[in-house]
Amino acid sequence: MSGRRIVIGIGNPDRGDDGVGRLVARSLDGRLPADVEVVEADGEATALLAHMDGAEAAYLVDACASGAEPGTVRRFDAAAAPLPQAAFGLSTHGFGLAEAIELARALRQLPARCVVYAIEGAGFETGAPLSDAVAEAIPQVQERLCCEIEQPADVGS
Amino acid sequence: MARKTIKVDYMARVEGEGALKVVVRDGKVQSAALSIFEPPRFFEALLRGRAFSEAPDITARICGICPVAYQMSAVHAMENALGVAVDGPLRDLRRLLYCGEWIESHGLHVYMLHAPDFLGYDSAIHMAKDHGDVVRRGLDLKKVGNEILTAVGGREIHPINVKVGGFYKVPRRRDLQHLAERLKGARDAALETVRWVAGFDIPDRERDYTFVALRHPDEYPFNEGRIVSNRGLDIAAAEYDAHFQEIHVRHSTALQSRMRADGSAYLVGPLARYSLNFDRLSPLARQAAREAGLGSTCRNPYQSIVVRAVETLYACDEALRIIESYREPDAPAVPVEPRAATGYAATGHGATEAPRGLLYHRYRLEADGSIADALIVPPTSQNQASIEEDLASYVESFLDLPDEALQHRCEQTVRNYDPCISCATHFLRLDMDRE
Repeated sequence: MSGRRIVIGIGNPDRGDDGVGRLVARSLDGRLPADVEVVEADGEATALLAHMDGAEAAYLVDACASGAEPGTVRRFDAAAAPLPQAAFGLSTHGFGLAEAIELARALRQLPARCVVYAIEGAGFETGAPLSDAVAEAIPQVQERLCCEIEQPADVGS
Repeated sequence: MARKTIKVDYMARVEGEGALKVVVRDGKVQSAALSIFEPPRFFEALLRGRAFSEAPDITARICGICPVAYQMSAVHAMENALGVAVDGPLRDLRRLLYCGEWIESHGLHVYMLHAPDFLGYDSAIHMAKDHGDVVRRGLDLKKVGNEILTAVGGREIHPINVKVGGFYKVPRRRDLQHLAERLKGARDAALETVRWVAGFDIPDRERDYTFVALRHPDEYPFNEGRIVSNRGLDIAAAEYDAHFQEIHVRHSTALQSRMRADGSAYLVGPLARYSLNFDRLSPLARQAAREAGLGSTCRNPYQSIVVRAVETLYACDEALRIIESYREPDAPAVPVEPRAATGYAATGHGATEAPRGLLYHRYRLEADGSIADALIVPPTSQNQASIEEDLASYVESFLDLPDEALQHRCEQTVRNYDPCISCATHFLRLDMDRE
């Protein structure tokens, strides 16, 4: 793969488990091929769009709240289909990850490979620490990301 | 006529989380309530005991969309407490940084959040399918705002370069030159934006608001000025508490601000700023406003999208003016000592113009410069009473609309204010369809 590759860790570190995406991004420091960019973002859609612009592959990591067991990790192939949130037209905040992906798709600038790792959060209270269940999920996501970025063809989508 | 309840549990396209409930009975609006799940006063508590110098970076974390506003109100309040004045190129750089935030924030709201309401789309995504070029223009305009934040603020989200007394590091003149080229393009795009939104089908509704905004002797206000109203108020930031109060309302965890004298609602933000400072806009922005059909006062909140576009044009124009006249300062900041002014405990007040309106900070400092007490009054809590009054008075005139269109109109009415509701929650809510 020769095009630009980027990992985007999304979240707000002041809101408990919401910050996990950024912690995953930090955990990748020094563990990925040198050409892979790793950035942190607060989740605002147009900023995500700008990060993804021109990338051949984008890997996004965010916390989610779907009612599943805290710490549950799910992988979505966003290049193949919208995230479930967008499919149901629900959004709790103005303009975030799901919107960024759909806006990029509408503008035909979605990276050919666009993968989202969603980590189920336990709590999103302002000022709360990361929950144990979510902290324990970080190494798993780190491992899976390293693996699929090194060998993208081996990962089914 | 039956009772009708319009309930929107999670409102899309407002920054943060909010819920809206309007109850209609016999053709009359019985109640209109906007619930705001604001983080409890977490940041005010977090500030207690910290050094005065930490306030800009801590308060910048309150809002991902308007961190500069929080930083600016914080540094001005601290400088007020410590008797420090920042002027010349450092003052200009602060205005430049604010220009970047307005371009970014207004660009996001005008194109991505509000325009779909006027063009009949559910979202910017749907709009992008039919109007890709327009959406790209909005994205590019906003990006120029980000570039200013990166050049002056150190990075595009949560700028880290601002400190009490000035900056950690100031940009070189040549660093700003490439921005000038970008800004010329952005200014053209902003002018096109004014023309674009002026052509929208805008509801014709007006109320006699109490407008509150900063006013400066010779500038359209960002950082400095007296707090004035169209009803004769003219005070320094230090007198804010004597004229405004925050009260708890049952349906919202956020506080609502009202005029202390009579408990009435007031309005901050683009409409207020524009109506109180039309004569301070640049000639280009004034001319564009006139061509867009705006008078020197605007009382129609549905026209706020046009006013935001005019302010975006002004911000591009002003940023260019600042860059063209920029001289590198001798030092990136003026010295600030906790005891510089008083040698004993001091209180400082700061009010600046966030994109959404007046943002007031008050800090009480101990003699060692640590923060004894902090108060932050964001624009959205000041506007909340006006938003509810808008819903109560305008919705009645839209009751002939079918339910879905009526609900949409209510949401649009809230979005007129670009409410920054919880300022900082960005998790992804997933609703899984399980078999």
